[in-house]
Amino acid sequence: MTELALLGPILAAMMTAATPLLFAALGELVVEKSGVLNLGVEGMMLVGAVCGFAAAVTTGSSTVGFIGGAAAGAAVSAVFGVLVLFLLANQVATGLALTLFGIGLSALIGQGFVGIPLADLPELNVPGLTDLPVIGKALFGQDALVYLALFMVPAVHWFLFHTRAGLKLRAVGENQSAAHALGYKVIGIRFLAVLFGGAMSGMAGAYLSLSYTPMWAEGLTGGRGWIAVALVVFATWKPARVLVGAWLFGGVTIAQLHIQGLGIEVPSQLLSMLPYIATVVVLVVISRDVARIRLNAPASLGKVFHPDA
Amino acid sequence: MSLFRLEPRGEASKTMLYATPLLAVALTLASGFLLFLALGFDPVRALHAFFVAPVSSLRGLGELALKATPLVLCAIGLSIGFRANVWNIGAEGQLTLGAIAGGGVALAFYGEGAGWWLLPLMMLAGIAGGMLWAAIPAFLRVRFNASEILTSLMLTYVALLLLNYMVNGPYRDPDGFAFPESRLFEEAATLPILIAGTRVHLGALFALLAVAGGWVLMARTFIGFQIKVIGLTPQAAGYAGFSQKRIIWLCMLLSGGLAGLAGVGEIAGPIGQITPSISPGYGFTAIIVAFLGRLHPLGILLAGLLMALSFIGGEAAQIELSLPKAITGVFQGMLLFFLLATDVLIRYRVRFGARRAAA
Repeated sequence: MTELALLGPILAAMMTAATPLLFAALGELVVEKSGVLNLGVEGMMLVGAVCGFAAAVTTGSSTVGFIGGAAAGAAVSAVFGVLVLFLLANQVATGLALTLFGIGLSALIGQGFVGIPLADLPELNVPGLTDLPVIGKALFGQDALVYLALFMVPAVHWFLFHTRAGLKLRAVGENQSAAHALGYKVIGIRFLAVLFGGAMSGMAGAYLSLSYTPMWAEGLTGGRGWIAVALVVFATWKPARVLVGAWLFGGVTIAQLHIQGLGIEVPSQLLSMLPYIATVVVLVVISRDVARIRLNAPASLGKVFHPDA
Repeated sequence: MSLFRLEPRGEASKTMLYATPLLAVALTLASGFLLFLALGFDPVRALHAFFVAPVSSLRGLGELALKATPLVLCAIGLSIGFRANVWNIGAEGQLTLGAIAGGGVALAFYGEGAGWWLLPLMMLAGIAGGMLWAAIPAFLRVRFNASEILTSLMLTYVALLLLNYMVNGPYRDPDGFAFPESRLFEEAATLPILIAGTRVHLGALFALLAVAGGWVLMARTFIGFQIKVIGLTPQAAGYAGFSQKRIIWLCMLLSGGLAGLAGVGEIAGPIGQITPSISPGYGFTAIIVAFLGRLHPLGILLAGLLMALSFIGGEAAQIELSLPKAITGVFQGMLLFFLLATDVLIRYRVRFGARRAAA
């Protein structure tokens, strides 16, 4: 029974580790579906994390903090949106710029907030169900943000594949010239998608600083933004598969921590490499099927759009 | 309806190609002025402390060259890849592996009375280390179609953890009271100083050689021509029979090797040992340097000096104005944003007001 007793907390921790990846990857998925590649997820997450934390500490409300994080993520994504959509800048370079800018800006904003503790978010316990063995805590004893992230999976799927707006967004991402010829506002739709992606990245960051750690430190995200970008490829642009990927990476992250905790003689730094190595391995496994990537990737992904061209 | 619209130019404007980096620098300074004002500093004094005071002495100019050295080395390699749409953004990791490999050689011969050959051996090891680290994304891209952007970046995190492991384990100074640092390198493992009174070391010469080599490669060789064609029109390159895979390998190995050499330059130069943090993000800043320099070797040399100034200015601002060092990153990010924003002027004219009736 000891193994089973250990499994419960591991599953619960896996769910929380997956949550920031879920927010960020679902946001990036919508952005990429509209034909825009935003490599600034890491930077937007950091800005969301620090602004969310600052807002929560200042107002004393985690709800305000979370909303503040989302707003901050959307605000910096707007800079990216203006550059690539209105000023036709290279998307790869602009995304990298956003990440570098976000790293610096978050450290600058956060200098007064390092080391301040923050109360944990309350867990939403469901009487009876939370006490279930093994899965009880994982499924029914998490804070509200974990459920919000889970809720976003069907919500994004429904929006993309079962609404008219989602159809337009996908059309813009698949064939920008045809969508433009049909009278769809290519730039407007993409800008909204970029803002949504920014808000989701901001939420991912705010979840880290408000609930997961909960604290602010420079470079808090530790590459999770990049893992989220990789998850979108892993998921071949399908929301449900993002969930699978996020759980997988949450699992690797937690497994690595637990191996360290069990006192197995492996240097901690080598174990900490696991999530990054897992990302590379998973990317390789998915990407080797060129036909599948080509079939699923939005056809206009990363292309500059100018209506006169 | 819209305030402005963009009218494509017949051909790219040469004037704008060179004017926009200057415009971007001016806009960054203007934003810096506002930023310092918002933070409650006297902006003129702050900008002076950031951009002028640090380089008002020979020593300061030496620091500029010192910090430009790794930036230029990394950026030359990256720029050649960017020309071919090979997006190696893991130079930071390749630099780290170069330091691990080159430093390993220095430590292996510690106290053995090594001769003049030690430094060249360290450099070769560093180049090999950087190449090896870049070879992984190259192989995964060529063989499995995996995005080199993501794999090279993931490997950067792995490299930094590996460095941390090495200085806490195999490389740790046995007489160092368990500090995570290696021994101080011996004289034979330290790069000679080029200009007395500064910390400018032999690596600066290698950076200049890389600039010259990069220019020859891109302007005067068939391989450079292939790189440019693949970057501009991959289809045409395919019809011409240029091997894209070969170019990916070449670009990755070249940029990895140069980054590895930059890593050796840091540990055998200003640092003089292996520590957990050997680079304040040179490999990432080199991406900005490459773009700011218009992916041209001479431009990269100038851009490298400018970005080096942002590092030194950040350090000076930290001491003089007690600003966080992170302000360097804000300036660097802003500069790249402004550059990318103004780049539109190269290929388009901005027309204000609504569209006129078709002519």
